[in-house]
Parts: sequence; C-alpha cells; structure tokens
Amino acid sequence: MDLNLFWFVLLGVLLAGYAILDGFDLGVGILHLFVRNDEERRIFMNSIGPVWDGNEVWLVTFGGAMFAAFPEVYATVFSGFYTAFMALLFALISRAVSMEFRSKRESRAWRSFWDVSFSAGSTLATFLFGVAVGNAMQGMPIGPDKEFRGTTLDLLRPYPLLIGVLAVATFAMHGTLYLYLKTEGELQRRLHRWMWRSFGFFLIVYLFATIYTLAEVPLATRNFQNHPWVWLVVGLNILAVANIPRAIFKDRPLYGFVSSSATIAALTFFFGVALFPDLVYSSLNPDWSLNVYNAASSQKTLAIMRNIAFMGIPFVLAYTAAIFWVFRGKVKLGHFSY
Amino acid sequence: MFHYLFPPLTIGLGGLIVSLEALFLKTRDPQYEIAAKFWTKIFAVNFAMGVATGIVMEFQFGTNWATYSRFVGDVFGSALAAEGIFAFFLESGFLAVLVFGWDKVSPKTHFFAACMVALGAVFSSIWIVVANSWQQTPAGFHIVGQGAAARAEITDFWAMVFNPSTVHRLLHVLIGSYLLAAFFVMSISAWYILKGRSVDFARKSFTAALVLGTIMSLAALAQGDLQAKKLAQTQPAKLAAMEALFKTGTGSTPLYIFGSPDESEQRVTHGLAIPGLLSFLVYNNFRQPVAGLDQIPRQDWPPVGLSFQSFHIMVGLGILFIALTLVGSVLRWRGTLFEKRWLLWVFVVCIPLPYLANQLGWVTAEVGRQPWIVYGLLRTSDALSKAVVASQTLGSIVMFILIYALLFAVWLVVLHDKIRHGPDAVITPAGTTAHGLAELAGLRAGTGAGSLTHPDQPESPQNPQSGKQ
Repeated sequence: MDLNLFWFVLLGVLLAGYAILDGFDLGVGILHLFVRNDEERRIFMNSIGPVWDGNEVWLVTFGGAMFAAFPEVYATVFSGFYTAFMALLFALISRAVSMEFRSKRESRAWRSFWDVSFSAGSTLATFLFGVAVGNAMQGMPIGPDKEFRGTTLDLLRPYPLLIGVLAVATFAMHGTLYLYLKTEGELQRRLHRWMWRSFGFFLIVYLFATIYTLAEVPLATRNFQNHPWVWLVVGLNILAVANIPRAIFKDRPLYGFVSSSATIAALTFFFGVALFPDLVYSSLNPDWSLNVYNAASSQKTLAIMRNIAFMGIPFVLAYTAAIFWVFRGKVKLGHFSY
Repeated sequence: MFHYLFPPLTIGLGGLIVSLEALFLKTRDPQYEIAAKFWTKIFAVNFAMGVATGIVMEFQFGTNWATYSRFVGDVFGSALAAEGIFAFFLESGFLAVLVFGWDKVSPKTHFFAACMVALGAVFSSIWIVVANSWQQTPAGFHIVGQGAAARAEITDFWAMVFNPSTVHRLLHVLIGSYLLAAFFVMSISAWYILKGRSVDFARKSFTAALVLGTIMSLAALAQGDLQAKKLAQTQPAKLAAMEALFKTGTGSTPLYIFGSPDESEQRVTHGLAIPGLLSFLVYNNFRQPVAGLDQIPRQDWPPVGLSFQSFHIMVGLGILFIALTLVGSVLRWRGTLFEKRWLLWVFVVCIPLPYLANQLGWVTAEVGRQPWIVYGLLRTSDALSKAVVASQTLGSIVMFILIYALLFAVWLVVLHDKIRHGPDAVITPAGTTAHGLAELAGLRAGTGAGSLTHPDQPESPQNPQSGKQ
C-alpha cells in the first residue's frame, strides 16, 4: 500500500471512529429536549459527561491529519465551506459549553437556556456533518486552481440536505441505544419505546437516501465494478441494520449498540469507496478534482506522519478503552456530576 | 488571542494539581485532597473553554488562511496532527478520570490521571510552540514549486521540530503558564484568607503557589535574557522593533526603559535610555552595536510602536512579579505573611496582570514577526483564503466577538460561583478529623453555601490512613 493510500484509509478510520463515538453523544444531545424533568436531563448529560470531549478529539485529529497529509484538501474544503464551517463551530462550541455550564446554577431559566443550546447545537452539528458528506458525494464546483468556485447556497442542494437528515436520524438512533445501556428503571423502559421509534425513523430515511443515492449520485457506485469485494461490505451493512431491531426485540442493548456502530462504520466506508481516489470531486471537470496524489504532502512528510500515527495510535486506543471501562455501568448522579 | 486566556491556566494548574495530589498521597492530610478537588473544578471549567475556542483555532487555518495552509501544510500540519495524536487524546481522556473519577478509582490511579492530564497539556504546548516557532524561524524544509504553487516541504523533521527558536520559546510559554497559575491560585487563596474562610486549605494552596511563583518569576528573568540574545541572531527585525532601535550606530547601543517610538521620525520621544545596556544584554559587552531597523528594508518592518510597548509592559510586569513573590516568600519564611492584610489584598487584585503579561508576550511574538506570516518566506497579506469573500469574514468575526463576549461573561459568572462556594469538605469516618470537620462545618454554616448533608454528597472516599490524625 503506498503512503497516499495509507493516509486515505487512515483518514477514513478516524472519520469512522469519530462518527461512532461522537455519534452517540451528539445523539444524546439531539434527544435531550425530549425528556422533561431536570433529573432525567442531568442523567442524559452525565451519561456522556466523561467521554464526550475524548470523542470530539477524533474530529480534531481528523482535521489535523487532513491538514498534514492533504493540505490542499484541508485548505479548499475549509475555505470553500466557510459559512457552513462557522455554523458548525458555533454549534460545537454551544454544546460543549452548555454541558459545562448548565448545572452550575439552580435557576430554571439558566438551565433551560443551556438545555436548548445543548440540543440545538448537537442537532445542527450533526446535520451539517451530513450536508458536508452529501456535498462530497455529489461533487463540488472546484476550479483548476483547486479553489472552490461556488457560494454557500450551492451547498444546500436537496441531496446534501437529505444526507443531513440521515445523519440526524442515524445519530438519534445511536444515541438512544447508548442511553438505554446507561439508564435503568422507568426511564429505561421509556427509552425502550424510543428505540423502536428512532429505529423506524432511521430506516425510512435510510431506505429513501439509498434509493436516491443509487439513482442520482453516479459517484456512489463507480468503484464497485473494479472492486467486487466491496459487495461484501454491502452484505455486512444489511446484516448490521437488520440486527438492530433483532437486538431491541431480544432486549440485548449492547448487541444493538454494536450493530448501529457497525452500520455507521459501513456508511463511512461506502463514503470512502465513492470518493476514491478523489478527496474532493470537481463537478465542473473531473480532471480538476483533488485526489490522494495531487493534494498530498510530500512522501517524506507522509512517512514521518505515518510513524507518528503508529506510535500514537496504540496509546490512544489503550486509554480510550481504559476510560470507557472506568466509567462503565449505569449513570449515577453524584457530587462530581454536571 | 481569546483562546490563549485559557490554556496557560490549564497547563499551570495541571502542574499544581499534580503537586497537591502528591502531597496528599505523601502526608494523607485531607486538606490537600480538598485543595486538589477544588482546583480541579476550576480546571474543568477552564478546560472546556480552552477546548471550545481551540477547535476554532484549528479550523481557522483552513477557513481563513487557506493559502497559508497550502503553503505550509506539509510542515505545520504535521505539528498540529502530532498534537492531536499525542496530546489531546491524553488530556481529554484522563481529564474524565480527573474530574469525574474521584469516587471511581483509587487515589493513586487518580494521581496518575492528574499526571497524564498535566503531561498532555505540556505536550500540547510543545507541538503548538513547534508549529509557531517554525513560523518564526523556519528550518528543516525546502521550497518546491514556483509562484502560487510554491510550498514548503519537510527535509529534516528534527531540524523542523528543533528550529532555532523552539526550545527558548517553549520554556518561555511554560514559565509564563506556571506563573499565571501561581498568581491565579494565590489571588483566590489570599481572598479566602482575608475573608477567614477555609483558611487551612487556602494557606496550603497559597504556599504551594508562592513557591512555584517565586521560582518561575526568577526563571522568566534568566530565560528571557537568553531568549533575547538568541533573537538578535534569528530575528533581528523583531528585536529592533521591540527595542525601537531605528539606527544601528557605531559604538554601544542604549536600552530604553520606557518611551514612545515615532516610526515616521524614526526616534523615541519621552524616553529614558540607559547607555550601552542593550549591547550588554545581547552581547555581554558594552561596546558592540546591535543591528537596528536601518538594516532591514522598510517594507519588512514590523509595527514598531506596538512591538515596543507590548514588550516593555510585559518585562515591567515580569519585574513586578519578581518583587511581589520575593517579598511574599521572605514574609512567608518569617511566618508573618498571612498577617499582612494589605499584601494579601495586593495578591488578590493582581490576577489580571499575569494574564496581561501572557497576552502581551504573544502580541510581541506575533506582531514582531509581521509583515511575515512565515518569517522571510510568506507575507501575511498573501496568506488569506481566496475562496472567502470579505463579508463572510466580517460576519464570522462579528459572530465570534458576540459569542466570545457571552462565553467570557458566563465563564466569569461560573468561576465566581465556584469561588464563592469554596472548597467542599471531605467526609471522613466519624471522629477521625474532628477538628478539621468542626472548623469546616462552622464555616459552611456561616456562609450558608450548602450543607454537609447535601443529598449530592459523595460516599466517603477511600482514606484508610486518615485515622492517624
């Protein structure tokens, strides 16, 4: 595997890791306003309290890795999506500080304000991630100088908006499954009903988006003919999706959570397959696309960064696992909670 | 700029929490545990702000400085990615244990987590300073391509990491951070002592911070001198601007203690100069001339007035910190410090000054590098995004000013609440630390800030040896 391909795959892994991990805590945020009383809202926030910032680091690292490995892509996408990125940053900041600040004061108005800001921030961030993926799938107006040639409104086409909704539906379901794992008693029984609903919502959007993609987005399947093994992942994806209702029915929540994680990983994988070998597909002229070769750093830098990644990743995985282990089990509101 | 209000406290406070927890493990004195818990809460609020504003910084390179990103991605991006992999995961992962894990893990594991968080903060500063120092003194790279397609590529990774200014600037940043944290802790502790609340806790915190602050303010003096000597070789334009040195001259070069540089007239007015001192500081020799701005093409001059003033105020503050901490240390050694109420009040109100010094340090560093974004290679005005129009930038600036103003206000409110609430008592098995408990209970009752039987109170932490007391 050459270095450019290695970095393409590694970015994919980081993105999938981010989507799975931050996916559930964004999902918890999306669902936050659906519970009414203060204690349940605190349980929701504290279920993700110790882990959300670690999860968000996957995004930061994804951004850093893209900057290092494919600086042209980083520059083009971030400056091209300027307004969208500002909105995303706004959303991410809102949810981060909302969690930190919300329970610091007793006042009802104070808490309601941060509740809304937390939930709205989580929903908006998720939606914008979906819009970004949708735009990448459809291609963007990129000129021969590798600069974005459109306006913010060009990014809000129907397909990206649909993928935005799909992202919200997916993370909401993922978050419900996570919450079911972390709660008990009456709240957990209610979440059992939510799991069915959120799965139903996800399924509808998912089927619709799949049909739309196959019909309207030529990029999606362009690599399927040359690489028939991709069909294997299609099969695994269908199994993973089908497993979610089975797990809910059998009341095996961890199994369901793993299945929805696998679903998210598979969707990220399809996204990568659709793009390869490009990172940003130019809708004006395919030759102007930014691919893994013309947008990459030098071979030397890619090699150095690969070594850094190999050094760092075992540690990252080890202490991520350790943290989740320390904070396993049901949420108990205590003195150190939000 | 706004972002940098938070990381220095994170770095410095991390170190302080580690030492308090170490003292707790060693002495088993619950006061140290109370202190560590209290400062951890402050740390957490601060950390959240640092993360939220830090994400903005990272994305900004792409959104607003796209041309810069294309030019330096090969080099600069590597340092940022390394920061993500080595520092952020470490910091954010173990922060969970530090903040939420008091009753989930043993004190030793908790101490380990505190060390990891502090280490992560230091790692993070290392990679950020590497990236920024490379902008100041680029090394270990070559330029590939022509014109708009030109970009820097790494040729020697370690030369890039240890470029001529990295080590000096890193030390300076760390010293500044620890100094800030020391003053932060001293300020709040002094306030508690003055109000007669949680006095034992406050004295222990104050003393720990005072030791740190004294060492760091002296270290800043020594290290700052070395750094300026280096600067004369690596970035003469910056040094000349910092000292408002317009003409090179022939013999010794004077040093302005204060003054008002006039760029068009090329002289310093209303100033006080000490003859030969700058020559001495740079070359250890009163006669050797220091290169002035006349050796630099006019279009490559940094803004002289701003560089001069921010640098001089920072140095003045540094000298003030030395004086304050030395006086404090002498009195503490004599045992009379906590009776000098006026001095404690000075420590209370001093808290904005180290923040100011840290900010001015960055102003000096960044303004002194202008008009370059990468010294000698890429001009700041050429580094902007081409796909972004002015109205978008303006919109985002206005938005961020509003958000940051709001966040800053909320941060102050929450911090104020935390400080007013004060440290929480550690519940130890009955009859063990009766003296400490009675004192704290009295204080709690006196302030009305919650009660010891608060429903949220944690179960007793494992504290097997506290019975010794």
